Amino acid sequence: MAQAVLTPEAQTQPHGSGHDTGHDHGHADHPPTSTGINSRKMLMWLFLASDCMFFGALIATYMIYRNHSLTGPFPHELIDIPYTSVSAFVLLMSSLTMVLALAALQKNDLRGSRVWIAATALLGTVFLGGQFFEFTEFHHEGLSLQGNMFGATFFTVTGFHGAHVTVGVVWLLTLLWVSLRGGLKQEDSLDLEIAGLYWHFVDIVWIVIFVMIYLIPYDKSTEQLHEATAQIFNTARMVLGIF
Amino acid sequence: MATVAQPRARTLARPTVKANTGLWSWITTVDHKRIGMMYGVSAFFFLMLGGLEALVIRTQLVRPDNDVVGAARYNELFTMHGTTMIFLAVMPLTVALFNYIMPLQIGARDVAFPRMNAFSFWLFIAGAMLINVSWLFNEVPNQGWYGYSPLTDTAWNPTRAVDFWVLGLQILGVSSMLGSFNFIVTVLNMRAPGVTMMRMPIFSWTTLIVAIMIVMAFPAITVGLILLMMDRYVGTGFYATAAGGDPLLWQHLFWVFGHPEVYIMVLPAFGIVSEIIPTFSRKPLFGYAVMVYATCAIAFLGFGVWAHHMFTTGLGPTANSIFSATTMIIAVPTGVKIFNWIGTMWLGQLKFTTPMLYAVGLVSQFTIGGLSGVMEASPPIDQHHNDSYLVIAHFHYVLFGGAVFGILAAIVYWFPKMSGRMMNDRIGRVNFWLVFIGFNATFFPMHFLGLEGMPRRYYSYGEGSGWWFWNTVVSLGAALLGAGLLLFVYNIAYSLKRGPVAGPNPWDAATLEWATTSPPPVYNFATIPHISHRDPLWAEKYGIHESDQAVNVTIAGREIGEIEAPDEKASDQERRRLDANDTAPVNIHLPNPSFYPIVGAIGMFLMMFGLIVEGDTLFYLGPVHITVMSIAGILMLLFSIFGWSFEPAE
Repeated sequence: MAQAVLTPEAQTQPHGSGHDTGHDHGHADHPPTSTGINSRKMLMWLFLASDCMFFGALIATYMIYRNHSLTGPFPHELIDIPYTSVSAFVLLMSSLTMVLALAALQKNDLRGSRVWIAATALLGTVFLGGQFFEFTEFHHEGLSLQGNMFGATFFTVTGFHGAHVTVGVVWLLTLLWVSLRGGLKQEDSLDLEIAGLYWHFVDIVWIVIFVMIYLIPYDKSTEQLHEATAQIFNTARMVLGIF
Repeated sequence: MATVAQPRARTLARPTVKANTGLWSWITTVDHKRIGMMYGVSAFFFLMLGGLEALVIRTQLVRPDNDVVGAARYNELFTMHGTTMIFLAVMPLTVALFNYIMPLQIGARDVAFPRMNAFSFWLFIAGAMLINVSWLFNEVPNQGWYGYSPLTDTAWNPTRAVDFWVLGLQILGVSSMLGSFNFIVTVLNMRAPGVTMMRMPIFSWTTLIVAIMIVMAFPAITVGLILLMMDRYVGTGFYATAAGGDPLLWQHLFWVFGHPEVYIMVLPAFGIVSEIIPTFSRKPLFGYAVMVYATCAIAFLGFGVWAHHMFTTGLGPTANSIFSATTMIIAVPTGVKIFNWIGTMWLGQLKFTTPMLYAVGLVSQFTIGGLSGVMEASPPIDQHHNDSYLVIAHFHYVLFGGAVFGILAAIVYWFPKMSGRMMNDRIGRVNFWLVFIGFNATFFPMHFLGLEGMPRRYYSYGEGSGWWFWNTVVSLGAALLGAGLLLFVYNIAYSLKRGPVAGPNPWDAATLEWATTSPPPVYNFATIPHISHRDPLWAEKYGIHESDQAVNVTIAGREIGEIEAPDEKASDQERRRLDANDTAPVNIHLPNPSFYPIVGAIGMFLMMFGLIVEGDTLFYLGPVHITVMSIAGILMLLFSIFGWSFEPAE
């Protein structure tokens, strides 16, 4: 397999005609790579792979401690699905504006790229504001990191996601500043694309968190979850029995 | 191909003498070889430190009811011994070799992200210092390297000992992750023309696989440590039963990282041995492709076996059976490797030089550790052996007999490449037998002690226990082992001055790192080589051709055999002149040195240190004191990140 992909021919023209590298032809700075994928872009993909494991472990912790709260406030008393749906929608829309920003820059529409970068950062900030308001509200209702397991896991998971969004907003604002000073041109669109990869990933993580924390109902779910788990284990036992 | 082979003529980066010497040049260096050297030297220091801690442990246990150290100090010693050996010695020693050797093996001029490489190194130093600075405060981590909850709870461990450990490990985690991103991109993207994946030396393959394992495994312990930090600093109850938490969550998160970690430490040694055995058997590696697949299989299966560390925690028969089965399956690809090495040696013209002795030592000793591993993969047997000295015997056969033997082999094998001089073979043999006999005298009797029921982590034992004799043997073996390692250090110092001059390829090895001068020039290869064979140097020398393409390997711009090898008696000055003449191409474009990596690492250190020591509290973030030192550290880190982003890299 690997040999087939990496024939000497493929190495002669590492830039190839692949879609991935289509837009960095202008980059004379970057030496050609063995795979044809830009090294910085590959680095971002690898970081996202590790971040998958990071959020995977955090969300697994949340699911393990689901319904482990000994005292209130309990999640079904606090969670406001319509409110969070709006902020989730805002964050998802920011992925759209991110795509528009990159498309504008690749078409050398500098003004368009600035507008869409600013819009993305703004939508991200609105999401963060929504999260801040939600945290404050929950805090007033008596939820805290120390109070019960719901508080500890909820604030940790959503807090780390919020921290990721914050880093993304700072990154976008930095790119906007660079752009306004004339440093983000068509040939630099890879810089924006890499920031975009990060931004989309953070959005996708929110979809998972939204489902796991907000949408799966809490009231009678303990038995349901246990039943589902038992079914999985019974199936596994049967499968093992076949061997 | 010509476009790749011809370095782009850009800024004239021919290094001047001034830029290449002095402390500042080492601090700001981004050269993978120098960073590899710095990793190697500092990690070897920690290997000796961890060994010293082990010797104090063995002195305590040399006879019953001994009182060299008390119970509290003993806990600190075994915790620091484990933590030091795993995170500060074995892992960084393998990273040192990845750094130095892998880019040479794939025909690259440096790693993909040279500044990030320097940052990884300085973060390693920062993390190592943060853990070890606890000795100065006399609040040394004492909960074991595995840090099981509730041993780490504030209630049971109220001093700052655990904080040093937790925050130090977080820094080391960042360091390992960044280093691994770098190695993966380098192996995938920086190969010279013709170095296809299936022509890469196995050591470069293990670099890639280990880096992927680190990227996938470290996030689990990062999350585990974050939750522990929050329990200790903020007062959450993630691992506290009273709050509804579960101490077993820590064990899961830790071993989801911890078991892949075992392969992270031992796979590089397998790669090393796969380089050394063919060289000294005068045969290409037997079953190259299968070796690659076996490495991948071990890495994949390594993520599905973690709960075999938890057989006694009551996970239930289903989980125990599944994890027992996966653990036994992992012995299959490992066995494949061992048979491949034997197949390589079979009917070969074996030359038992020091590296070969260590390599064969690894094959035999690791097998012993592997066999006791398969034994312990069975839950009923494990329940019997758990927390006894048998477990200690098992994992030292795997980690010393595997990882450390491999690293010692690698140091002797690549020493000529790094220093330009051979290590003394006679001292080397004596040193090998001292280490080999000392190692077996130390760890083999531990099997007996374990079966006799001696528990691990106990600081003392009674006279009536019947454990005296073997404990004395173990302690004497440890002294012998220590002497062997001291002799190794002496051999390095001796050979640096008096070793015979090596020349580019003293072992007549097959892989690309031997195609350049010893030590390699800062740009590694004057002309990027084109290769068309898995063993390019042998293909050129002995006329093996895999394809129709002619083999075109060059040493510093000349064909193989054309170079004027400096003779043994040549003075250092003379050799430098020869090196300079042979390798003086201009216009090779090299990355600029940078001081941002070390600034960022110092910032990270201060940020974490400020969370531990009492300082001027600037403000409270919830229950956490934010000190001036932490804020200064964060500012330094931000300064480094932004300065770095806008610094021209090339």
